[in-house]
Amino acid sequence: MIEVKNLTRYYGQKPAIQNVTFNVEKGEVLGFLGPNAAGKTTTMRILTCYMPATNGTAKVAGFDVFDQSMEVRRRIGYLPENPPLYSEMTVESYLKFVGRIKGMDSKNLKKHVDKVMDLTNIDDVRKKIIGKLSKGYRQRVGLAQALVHDPEVLILDEPTVGLDPKQIIDVRKLIKNLGGERTVILSTHILPEVSQTCSRVVIINEGKVVAEDTPENLTRRLQGNEKIYVEVEGPAEVIEKELQNLDIVSSVVREKEMNEKVAFIVESIPNRDIRKDIAKTIVQKGWGLFEMRPVGMSLEEVFLRLTTKEEEVMFS
Amino acid sequence: MRSYLAITDRELKSYFTSPIAYIVIALFVLITAIFFYLIISNFVQLSFRYTMQAQYYRMAPPKLNVNSMAIRPLLHNISLFALFWLPLLTMRLIAEEKKTGTIELIFTSPVRTIETVMAKFTASTSIFIVMLVLTFLYIISLFFFGNPEFGPILSGYLGLLLIGMSYIAFGLFFSSITDNQIIAAVATFAFILFFWAIGWMSGFVSPGLGSFLDKLSLINHFDDFAKGVIDLGNIVYYLSFTFFGIFLTYISLESKKWRL
Repeated sequence: MIEVKNLTRYYGQKPAIQNVTFNVEKGEVLGFLGPNAAGKTTTMRILTCYMPATNGTAKVAGFDVFDQSMEVRRRIGYLPENPPLYSEMTVESYLKFVGRIKGMDSKNLKKHVDKVMDLTNIDDVRKKIIGKLSKGYRQRVGLAQALVHDPEVLILDEPTVGLDPKQIIDVRKLIKNLGGERTVILSTHILPEVSQTCSRVVIINEGKVVAEDTPENLTRRLQGNEKIYVEVEGPAEVIEKELQNLDIVSSVVREKEMNEKVAFIVESIPNRDIRKDIAKTIVQKGWGLFEMRPVGMSLEEVFLRLTTKEEEVMFS
Repeated sequence: MRSYLAITDRELKSYFTSPIAYIVIALFVLITAIFFYLIISNFVQLSFRYTMQAQYYRMAPPKLNVNSMAIRPLLHNISLFALFWLPLLTMRLIAEEKKTGTIELIFTSPVRTIETVMAKFTASTSIFIVMLVLTFLYIISLFFFGNPEFGPILSGYLGLLLIGMSYIAFGLFFSSITDNQIIAAVATFAFILFFWAIGWMSGFVSPGLGSFLDKLSLINHFDDFAKGVIDLGNIVYYLSFTFFGIFLTYISLESKKWRL
């Protein structure tokens, strides 16, 4: 449904995104994860035809965002980082206006506006002036605006910012339900949001895609400890056998041998921490433990740099 | 076309839901009313004095022309006053959308840039027409007390509409290149004032350039309208000025989507 190929965008000399490539299937909810200024918003703005890419192509529903921008825009609902609200309008008249400029005919307009207000839980403020609404309501009016013309593709830039915990849960549920019939890309810097709503994740950092996977796989990698590098002084064969005998170890590979010492890469079965058991075994046998560290952690490091913990966001 | 109507509609409503339009229209009407009052009382005083003098010398009382002595100066006043006033009406048109981010909604919707530009132009021109119609009422009142010629009044108002459209087109342009409304207003004001006064320079330069500058000046084309002459050249001048402003606005918005 969405094909992004080698997308690059420069601001002056500085690249905002470089060679970003990913695909989104129809009905998928894709999480776009990355720290601030990683290039999430730039990518989304290119996809929504707000700005052109310097290089590369992007297609939405088969239409090129640059050459067939009107076709793309008709099919996209977009919630920018700051909801694009006219503060002097009432919620209802605003949503009707958005429906009209999205090309809806007036017959369906009222019905659709009522539907999205119900869906986003803003029915109670329909006659209120947008400028007088709280942040949470404004965010949801922004979401309603993206949904009003029933678009095939939804692009949501940090849709849960400014909501209280209960609203966050509601909005995530809503987004999850929107997937299936609609294709959704949502950006966030909150990790649990991704695992709760998305079927696939693209991690972007400093303008480049650094990982792409399902949330389950990423979480597994994130919890790390899959592979441990161990350096031991002692008889290589025996050590290898002993480690292999541990019941939560799935494999042991001899990495290198130096004088008296041997290095192994020990892999655990998923989601178990084997470091304690390795250390215990080695010490009990009287071998010398020189070094033990997790390997393949670069993703976790990226993640740590990328993500804030949900609690911080919710209680700050 | 549907988007054009939707945006025009929204613009007009937003003028009237915020106090801007009321204040701009009300003060415009008030101040032109003061001009009108001053000019008419001056005219009445003058004609009174001439009548007295005529009686003194036992001559027939002179007939003063209300069109050329009162209405024409008033039209000139309004055209100058609009120069100060219209930038206040146009400054928010695009600058505000840039500031609040609603431009992102417009530009990601299936709306052609020209529809957006024309909608905004239409909305502020409509407000200007309302302002003109309200000032027209004073002039109508003159018909109760005398018999001014109607033709020059109409042509004068056509001139006001055309010159106002030129102001608005460039007000729109300057609003499109900044997200700061004050800058938009000041730049518009400076630009129009420059083209207003450019004819004054004609005396100091070579005759060829001088007549060119005269032709370029915004106000020089207005005088004919105020006199009651509708000259096609003048109409073409104002319409090209307007068109150029709209064209520049279009380019400044559309260029955001160009691949450079």
